[in-house]
Amino acid sequence: MIDRRTFLGSAAGAAVLLAAPHVAIAQAATDRRFLFIIQRGAADGLGTLAPTADPAFGGIRGAFAEDFAGGARIGDFTLHPNLAQIAGLYQAREALFVHAVASPYRDRSHFDGQNILETGGNAAYALRDGWMNRLLGLIPARDSRAIAVSATVPVVLRGSREVASYAPSNLPDASEDLMARVSSLYAGDAELHAAWEQAMQTRAMAGDVGGDIGRNGAATGALAARLLSGAEGARMAVIETGGWDTHANQRGRLGFQLRGLDAMIAALKTGLGADWSNTLVLVATEFGRTAAPNGTGGTDHGTASLAILLGGAVAGGRVVADWPGLGASALYEGRDLKPTADLDLLIASAMAEHYRLDPARTGRALFPNIGNGRALEGLIRT
Amino acid sequence: MSTLSIAFNRFGLGARADDSAPQDPRRWLAGQLDRFDPRPEAIAAAPSRAEVASGLSDYLEEVRGQGNRRREAAQPMEMEAQGPAQGGMDDQLAGLPDSARRFIRGVSRRNYLAMVGARTNAALITSAPFVERMVHFWANHFAVSADKLTVIGLAGLLEFEAIRPHVLGKFRDMLVAVEQHPAMLLYLDQAQSIGPQSQGGQLAARFARQRRGLNENLAREILELHTLGVGSGYSQADVTEFARALTGWTVDGLTRGPIRRLLGGSGRAGDFLFAERIHEPGARTIVGRAYRQQGLAQGLAVLDDLAADPRTARHISTKLARHFAGDDPPPAMVERLTAAWLRSGGDLPTVYRAILDSPEAWDRATPKLRNPWDWSVAALRAVGARQVEPQRAAGLMIQLGQPIWRPGSPAGFDDIGPSWAGPDALLRRVEAAERIAARTGGQIDARQLGPRVLPGALSEATAQAVARAESPGQGLALLLVSPEFLRR
Repeated sequence: MIDRRTFLGSAAGAAVLLAAPHVAIAQAATDRRFLFIIQRGAADGLGTLAPTADPAFGGIRGAFAEDFAGGARIGDFTLHPNLAQIAGLYQAREALFVHAVASPYRDRSHFDGQNILETGGNAAYALRDGWMNRLLGLIPARDSRAIAVSATVPVVLRGSREVASYAPSNLPDASEDLMARVSSLYAGDAELHAAWEQAMQTRAMAGDVGGDIGRNGAATGALAARLLSGAEGARMAVIETGGWDTHANQRGRLGFQLRGLDAMIAALKTGLGADWSNTLVLVATEFGRTAAPNGTGGTDHGTASLAILLGGAVAGGRVVADWPGLGASALYEGRDLKPTADLDLLIASAMAEHYRLDPARTGRALFPNIGNGRALEGLIRT
Repeated sequence: MSTLSIAFNRFGLGARADDSAPQDPRRWLAGQLDRFDPRPEAIAAAPSRAEVASGLSDYLEEVRGQGNRRREAAQPMEMEAQGPAQGGMDDQLAGLPDSARRFIRGVSRRNYLAMVGARTNAALITSAPFVERMVHFWANHFAVSADKLTVIGLAGLLEFEAIRPHVLGKFRDMLVAVEQHPAMLLYLDQAQSIGPQSQGGQLAARFARQRRGLNENLAREILELHTLGVGSGYSQADVTEFARALTGWTVDGLTRGPIRRLLGGSGRAGDFLFAERIHEPGARTIVGRAYRQQGLAQGLAVLDDLAADPRTARHISTKLARHFAGDDPPPAMVERLTAAWLRSGGDLPTVYRAILDSPEAWDRATPKLRNPWDWSVAALRAVGARQVEPQRAAGLMIQLGQPIWRPGSPAGFDDIGPSWAGPDALLRRVEAAERIAARTGGQIDARQLGPRVLPGALSEATAQAVARAESPGQGLALLLVSPEFLRR
């Protein structure tokens, strides 16, 4: 296959040649893990990794700027102090931050924005399946196992390829005999049969996970680690987190949210053990929030935000940003952080490198309307 | 699926074993529009608004007394749900100050559970299940979520006070009742939105340490979710101007001292209050129309126009068609409902009759997967339950992934079948079915019950599986999780 990169001169040509053996390897088993942590509700990127060296930062953020007094410095940015574990991953070069990033969506509806983030379309509800489900079709069939760490399957994982979902239940387990009879009752019903078989397999794998994942970030991270661990574990998983829609009293709420996220990542790393070195975690949201606080100590729906790549597979230790600035004339529509990086391209590039796939083909499969932007390189340790 | 089974299950809430089969299913459904009781005994016995609001008022006063630092600490409660809300309220308690824990565990939970019980029991014994279904539809359309501490006790009242009395009235009246209800005003931050140029806004700018001002949350969701629909042609400027028009719409009696004096009002906790002194003065243009009204009349005039807008009719007609005619709303049916809506000025019974007259809604080939609420109510009705303990109803809905009045977002729960067909969700239904069946103590013969609750719709495979079950309880559980019973 000839792709556009063939025409980009010698350096790019060399990259194509180098990529060829990787494509071959992709037919063999993969031990690579990918976890997508969706931040539902528009997480405030400026309140997570603050551009503290931007001269306009203190003025526009007001009291919000005080929260970064004790945070880890990362180049021109400062990490929220509640992200202590993630700061440690940055030190270990296992965290990479992409700032001023946005999906193709430019309006401010959560539901449309999340649909685009998850389907990979360029308009809400234009695509029915999620990009992770399509990604499953690109990796070796014997390893194409994905699971939603929740009772229902989010859009990003929905599609023609079967996926599992799992969250511990407080209901007593149904008896084995009833389970067997339900299996035969569903034999003639395509939809129920597929879901039920998934449920039975997952149940067998998860063992007796007790307790309730509830709102506890650490417990959810540990559960995801169990589901992703070992030779037979899932290769991809999704965790949905809510609570990011901080219209009022953002300082306390966002701090609480970030502490939960930090604990989730720490528990995931601990739980994965040796598998952590093969793991990529993506933390991303549907869009960002206004640069300036609103009248109720919160922020409203905005545009660009922050995406974070974490894990032993990440070539981290840096911030990737073509920083647009927070000065009045630099803001998108006079109110939001301006997008200068393409989230679709970031995801496609990271997935291609992580699973050793052809970047152009991966981009088209995951995001059919992806532009002609050149794939990012060197995101993943190969 | 037979016509009768569609009437029972798709339009109604599932057949009761003691229901007699109506001769004319369509007429049976239409007749319910004349015999719906907006305030049956179960609902009338629920805690009153004054009770709930005074509990909330006491709590807020306690928090204020503890000062700013503690109030900041209480804020994590005011968050949206963590995905498809797992776990009970106890999960929300980690890291909260004692006062908030006491409030949530005590008065809030008691009120919430009492209302969950009232809703469930009304659904179990109603003689107008089609209209009850419409109540549930509208409550989800105008969703509030009990993730937010101040909303926990009030969420059910929105359904009882703003939806039920108007479910057979005009959409416009329901819209106004909802947007003026304390649950909505608190959930979408309207109660604390202050016009910057208002008298209160100017005072706040001079004296308050923290900047207080405009909040556009409710205005945005009215346009996006409650009326016109997303992408229907309004702009960010429309949202902001609408938010200014709505300043002053707040809840009475939740503040004390100088702020209460500023807001005015009678001080009756929980009443809708228009507080002139925090209303942003001036005329404005919203979605292409000029509003020169002053005060309360301005916001009401905007709601009048939004209720009458054809985009609103189409947006909601699409949702109704999706609810009754499968996950892909048939365009012809959407047109028909929109036309009925516009012709009648948003008269809801006229729209419901148009649904009943739509062949698409009677299509046997497009059954929809029941969501957990629909399934639970249908299962409990099938086994003849006339009431359940509120704690049990609430717990069941949490385990099945659809906690009552806690969708986690103002968009409400998804109305698409596959959203509820996850492997784990299915497993939980089987567990729940076994438990529901166990409580009947083997007293129900599922071989006889099956044809009654799924008339003309029971498959040979299900009938056989039920007949071959090892016990009556197991047979009943199999009936409740059969492919036919999982759909409507």
